[in-house]
Amino acid sequence: MRQLTTDIRSIARKLLQEKKVQVVIGFERGSMPLRSRPCFVRKEEDVERLVWDGFCENTLAAYLPKRKEKVAIVAKGCDSRAVVELIKEKQAQREQVILIGVPCRGMIDRTRVEANVAPKRILQAEEREDVLILNGSDFEQALSRSDLLHDSCKTCTHPNPVLHDVLAGQPLVEKDGDSFSDIEAFDAMTSEERWAYVSKEVDKCIRCYACRNACPLCYCPECFVDASLPRWIGKSTDASDTTIFHLMRAYHLAGRCVSCGACERACPVGVDIRKLNRKLQKDVKALFGYEAGLSLDETSPLATFRPDDPEHFIVNP
Amino acid sequence: MVESGKWEPKIVAFLCNWCSYAGADLAGTSRIQYPPNVRIIRVPCSGRVNAFFILSSLQKGVDGVLVSGCHPGECHYLTGNYSARRRFALLKNLLEFAGIEEGRVQFSWVSASEGVRFAKLIERVTTRIKTLGPSKRLVKTPDRGPFHAAVND
Repeated sequence: MRQLTTDIRSIARKLLQEKKVQVVIGFERGSMPLRSRPCFVRKEEDVERLVWDGFCENTLAAYLPKRKEKVAIVAKGCDSRAVVELIKEKQAQREQVILIGVPCRGMIDRTRVEANVAPKRILQAEEREDVLILNGSDFEQALSRSDLLHDSCKTCTHPNPVLHDVLAGQPLVEKDGDSFSDIEAFDAMTSEERWAYVSKEVDKCIRCYACRNACPLCYCPECFVDASLPRWIGKSTDASDTTIFHLMRAYHLAGRCVSCGACERACPVGVDIRKLNRKLQKDVKALFGYEAGLSLDETSPLATFRPDDPEHFIVNP
Repeated sequence: MVESGKWEPKIVAFLCNWCSYAGADLAGTSRIQYPPNVRIIRVPCSGRVNAFFILSSLQKGVDGVLVSGCHPGECHYLTGNYSARRRFALLKNLLEFAGIEEGRVQFSWVSASEGVRFAKLIERVTTRIKTLGPSKRLVKTPDRGPFHAAVND
């Protein structure tokens, strides 16, 4: 981790010195333990602010659309996939972005850490290889890192950046394909049970749109939830409207979602947002053989078609 | 005719102007009988059908939605239905995954010469939706406003 921080700093310093970029987007230490936050480094002397640890959970690719200047971005596997999709969708130019690739071991879910020691307060946290050491005023506790990862990191199969200009550290071993066993298990439930689950999850939603705002691929100038002409859906937390919001948010990301998990991390009330996204991800892969964010040349699945696409669902009377 | 007092499903059909709508027209002019439960909305192409059309219909209390366009390869705009087919495949799966009953939303192809197929299709879709019963899951109950209770209860 320390080595990665040093590497990222020296790469960033070089890029700024040589004026290859105007800004480096990375992470700095947050004001609380277990927190790192996005930071924008424009001056060489600020490079020391950059860090890399297990709490760099934000998807920085979300800061890319609409940027005019040349940017270097510290990119985990998921960030790089999002950048690929953004370039494909012409929201960023390839020449405009320098990706500082960082092989990612998965980010730590701070709520899981806190649940482990609650109600004690963590004052300091230190990562040592596979262990997270927590310190408080009257305790010290070590936790295994792999138990604390975000759900999206647990299912992540591409920890290495798919696209990078410079790589910090050594590439990790890529994991086997996602089995989507959670989605299959959900699919095996009855329609009533699934509806009950979705309704229960949606019922928590306060329509703050944090999921949308955190998503690197939700960049529409006017989102369907904000449009008033036509007014696609009601704006209150009515159960029907909110369900449709979640369905359509996921649907708009069909074949585009890179499964970074930013939506779920941003959600203040813990809605199981990724369930619908993962279903679409699974279907897109099964029906059209596409996985989002892996290549710059492959056409997005909903921007193309094949004459022999599956049509088992067509009613033939 | 619809018997009074007995529940009959309301079905919205989005039919493309060039094939399915003409197919429905042919069924009509050929005097082919089919259930009167379907309300047809003419769209330029099945590719015009936004997922919101389907969801808004369900939200407004429709019991079933049918979308039909030209057969693949016969689209008036050449590829509209091919693009639509990919979107529908995902949408149908997503809705069923989220717990909307299988059969609430159905997709088909009917050409301008297939009046008989259209009648059979409506027959089949209506029967399916009758077995499902009234749609409840996405229906929005009208918001009666913050003062309704104060005034009326």
